[in-house]
Amino acid sequence: MEWTDVGVRPTEGFAMSSLLAHHFDDLEQQYDAASLGMWTFLVTEVLFFGGLFTGYAVYRFAYPLGFAEGSLHLDVALGTVNTTVLLLSSLTMALAVHGAQTGHRRALVGLLTATILLGCVFLAIKLFEYHDKFEHHLVPGHAFMLDHPELKGVDPRHVELYYLFYFVMTSLHALHMVIGVVAVGILTVFSAQGRYSPQYHTPIEMIGLYWHFVDIVWVFLFPLLYLIDVQT
Amino acid sequence: MSSHVVSQKTYYFIFAILMVLLVLTVGVAEVNLGPLNFTVAMVISVAKTVLIMLFFMHVRYSSRLVQLFAAAGFGWLMIMVLLTMSDYLTR
Repeated sequence: MEWTDVGVRPTEGFAMSSLLAHHFDDLEQQYDAASLGMWTFLVTEVLFFGGLFTGYAVYRFAYPLGFAEGSLHLDVALGTVNTTVLLLSSLTMALAVHGAQTGHRRALVGLLTATILLGCVFLAIKLFEYHDKFEHHLVPGHAFMLDHPELKGVDPRHVELYYLFYFVMTSLHALHMVIGVVAVGILTVFSAQGRYSPQYHTPIEMIGLYWHFVDIVWVFLFPLLYLIDVQT
Repeated sequence: MSSHVVSQKTYYFIFAILMVLLVLTVGVAEVNLGPLNFTVAMVISVAKTVLIMLFFMHVRYSSRLVQLFAAAGFGWLMIMVLLTMSDYLTR
């Protein structure tokens, strides 16, 4: 195959050849395959979290009072701050992709580092919230205790079910965040080593897709867990 | 080879809209709208998701095949939620 086929000058050919895996015709086909593969993975993730969201919907409509009571014990301010932190981290991730596309290595490394830091801030706040729930006996299990219910006639067992959903959904989300932070950390090291160029930075874009997906999961978790009103 | 380069200005603009939607969703939760509270919260979340997917995830600039895959994920999620709830809500 001639190098002109992939739209690069012959002098760039030697540098390019190591970037193109032998089973692809050109870099564009390689990029399309990576992109479609990542989206396929994300669709399986949508259905993975979707099962939990469906279960949540079933029990929220079965026990509206219990879910409203559970939600009242969460700190809306902390949830709002964490949503802001995550949206901000999505912005820095998107800008990092822009930096990679335009070949600004210092900006790329800086923005990836900012994304990691924001991810860690999110996890730290989440950990603080978990600690608070442990202290107030709101973790499902034999130690679960609802001392002062805010709503009249609420069944503590329904509140416990709400907290089961809360812990399973937020901890699975947090696990995705931890994996994301590690992945972005590896990308930061590789970026600093100069592995990526405007011609090839597919891993940055693919991990970026993953990061934004995890952000979207939180976009739904926040109102569903923190903002339940008594009326619903 | 890579996807379309989206300008930094677009990213900042989308982020600003996302923040406005966040303030809106927290504000609306304080107002008693009855069952509408849940609907409004979900509509805002879907709006945020669409913005993140179209611009941050470049779906707007992606190939038709990627757009189809992205839509399929949410299509199948809707099948799961709607069919399940059409049972539980009508018992």
